[in-house]
Amino acid sequence: MPMTTRRVLRTVESRTGGSGALTKALRYVFPDHWTFLFGEVAMYSFLILVATGTYLALFFEPSTAHVVYHGTYAPLRGTEMTKAYASALNLSFEVQAGLLIRQVHHWAADVFLAAITVHLLRIFFTGAFRRPRDINYYVGLTMLVLAVVEGYVGYSLLDDLLSGMGLAIGNAVALSVPLVGGQFGVLLWGGRFPGTPDFLSRLFFVHVFVLPILIATLMAIHLALVARPHHSQFRGRRQKEGNVIGTPMWPAYALRSLGLFFATAAVLFLLGGLVQINPIWQWGPYEPWLGTNGAQPDWYLGWLIGALRLMPHFDIVIGDYTLIPNPFWGGVLFPGAVFGFLYLWPTIERRWSGDRRPHNLLDRPRDNPTRTAIGAAVFTLVVTVFFAGAADRAFVQFGVSYEFQLWMYRALAMLLPVVVFFATRATCRHLRDRGGHPARDSGARLVERPREASRPLSRPARGYEPRGTETAPEGDARPTGTTKEE
Amino acid sequence: MRRRLAAALAWLWRYAVAALVLRASRRRTGYRERELPASPRAETLTAALLFAACLAGLAFVAIYAFDDANTQLLGLSIAVALGLIAAALILAAAAVVPQETLEEERPRFADPEQEEAPVEDSAFALREGIDGVTRRRLLGAAGAAAGVGLGAAALVPLASLGPAVGNRLAASPWKDGVRLVEENGMPVKADDLAVGSFLTAFAEGADKEGLATSLAVVRVRPEELELPEERADWAPEGILAFSKICTHAQCAVSLFRYPLFAERSPGPALVCPCHYSTFNVLDGGERIFGPAVRPLPQLPLRIEDGALVAAGPLSGAVGASWGRVREEG
Ligand code: FES
Repeated sequence: MPMTTRRVLRTVESRTGGSGALTKALRYVFPDHWTFLFGEVAMYSFLILVATGTYLALFFEPSTAHVVYHGTYAPLRGTEMTKAYASALNLSFEVQAGLLIRQVHHWAADVFLAAITVHLLRIFFTGAFRRPRDINYYVGLTMLVLAVVEGYVGYSLLDDLLSGMGLAIGNAVALSVPLVGGQFGVLLWGGRFPGTPDFLSRLFFVHVFVLPILIATLMAIHLALVARPHHSQFRGRRQKEGNVIGTPMWPAYALRSLGLFFATAAVLFLLGGLVQINPIWQWGPYEPWLGTNGAQPDWYLGWLIGALRLMPHFDIVIGDYTLIPNPFWGGVLFPGAVFGFLYLWPTIERRWSGDRRPHNLLDRPRDNPTRTAIGAAVFTLVVTVFFAGAADRAFVQFGVSYEFQLWMYRALAMLLPVVVFFATRATCRHLRDRGGHPARDSGARLVERPREASRPLSRPARGYEPRGTETAPEGDARPTGTTKEE
Repeated sequence: MRRRLAAALAWLWRYAVAALVLRASRRRTGYRERELPASPRAETLTAALLFAACLAGLAFVAIYAFDDANTQLLGLSIAVALGLIAAALILAAAAVVPQETLEEERPRFADPEQEEAPVEDSAFALREGIDGVTRRRLLGAAGAAAGVGLGAAALVPLASLGPAVGNRLAASPWKDGVRLVEENGMPVKADDLAVGSFLTAFAEGADKEGLATSLAVVRVRPEELELPEERADWAPEGILAFSKICTHAQCAVSLFRYPLFAERSPGPALVCPCHYSTFNVLDGGERIFGPAVRPLPQLPLRIEDGALVAAGPLSGAVGASWGRVREEG
């Protein structure tokens, strides 16, 4: 060990007494499974968002003051526009490497949300939201909500035509909140849409300060709450409830994870450099009287656009008072219901199954067919509605009748989840009862068969021990206090 | 002599403790698997990747130094640099540093339903803090009251964010006699509008960005019209004007569908590109398709010296619906 390292360690120890904690951190064990990487990709995308966003903020001017454009991009010369849009154009055309950074920022936002979503699916389908990780699951969900809002606010800042159309719809959704909507929308926008000049600086402040800080804080809590009970892991020969088996932080895991960071960054810069995203100069500046056909938001808002499209046209009106305007259904109720389901699911499952024990061993999706089937059904619903959001593109690009698509998606949104529910449940049961791995040879045998986690959510498989007979493999159920150890 | 004995005993004691700790820890450490894969080849390759990353980074600097740096080249060079570092790190993680699989014990958390002991200490510490305080209820209530007062005071400034909404959102500039102008401020001439054409107009002198200012003006053949009786004279020469803001979610209604073969295709309609709400222009802007609920507000027109002029206010509230939208008007 070189002397300098020693000296640094001694300094740390003498000032913080932290070398013990450091040793522990270096030996922290990460279970090896590829599905554990999505959360890391999300975290690294966030770091890249902060870095690129900081650079962009040095050039962007969130002002609604009007200017006439005289920049490099010839087609827009002489057009009147806000300083916000003009500075975004200058950032793209005049600032060296500005367009690269802007595109990387936009791609990183899309990847950030995609990674969170896949991570959420992993957590849901493996039952990783159960005690002791339930609180952390809520923290993660909250980050997802904030990230969606952050993304929306971010691309709304530029004041190009698409961002203005998005804000018009956002304002309508705000106005549609029952009872308080009118006042709510007016407060957020500082007045009637399109709002006062204050509105843009409010958006900017929320985008570069309020939401990033909230997300960063929640991320710190998220990581702490992951590390405290240690990572969950899949069942295996050595893996028990009371231990973690895997690669220690130092050196292999740290290097591998750092490698993942650089790989994520490489992909994002490759996309940002080579694949155009949100070419704002093509849309022109936003004015309330302008619109364009076939406009699509970023992917993570697609399901909300789809919901706005699919809802039949009705308001709830009492006398002359409009209690619930139409945009409420797709813009508030639908996402509210989906996130409500996600927030409530741990409680529902606990009540339903009666299983209140902590779980450090993960389920495979097949181990809990009913949960998997319900999750798959909800996911199918969201994906169907998401595709309905792109119905106008299919119409504009391929000429598929919009009206036909709408009815088709309405039917699919009701039918598919039911079909998927039963198909998934049957598949899970079949796989579980067979005991092999679907992709590998059928002769494979699990060393330890998973016990049904609890009072069966569904028919127990043949050969499974009923609950409560205390035949858990050694150490398996230790934290519950039902095994021989206690 | 006694000191030597004491020292010896102390040593013995230390050894005993050490032995115990070792035994205990050996039992706890459990499974461990360790392999040292490092080879000169892997190390050389890792170093080569890192040097290559350095070159790619320098390439980025060189490209940046050019005027008008090419975005694709910039992105490519920095991505290659990052990718090479990623490759080096992943290679090092797999083939240079020790490969270890460890078993680590998980910390045990108390079960809230079964073990109460671990929280007793903190519960006791908390309780100790209010020893001798008799009027706890009173103090608690007073604290809560202070919180409510301060909370209210903290929230109220939010009202400064915007005006009170009252019973209408938008002030409309339209009233009898207001002229329709184009984006450049020129009056809209009736003769400039061919049958089947579509044009955006504004209220003369009004803020163009005001939600109620902009209009979609279209012209159809007068005999096609099916306007309700009270609007019979709102469309001189088949020219109709509607608010351009969709009553669903306030996008601009920017598409006009005018069929060439009226028999075989649906009638002339204004379509909103956002969620395809479609408004029939012939009957005064009723919705025929899409999620909008209220009709597009129509503006009564008349023609003065060949130019279009409003003959009254809009027929309804402009923009998205809210609580009192149907009382506006
Ligand atoms: S905003 Fe016009 S249809 Fe939704």
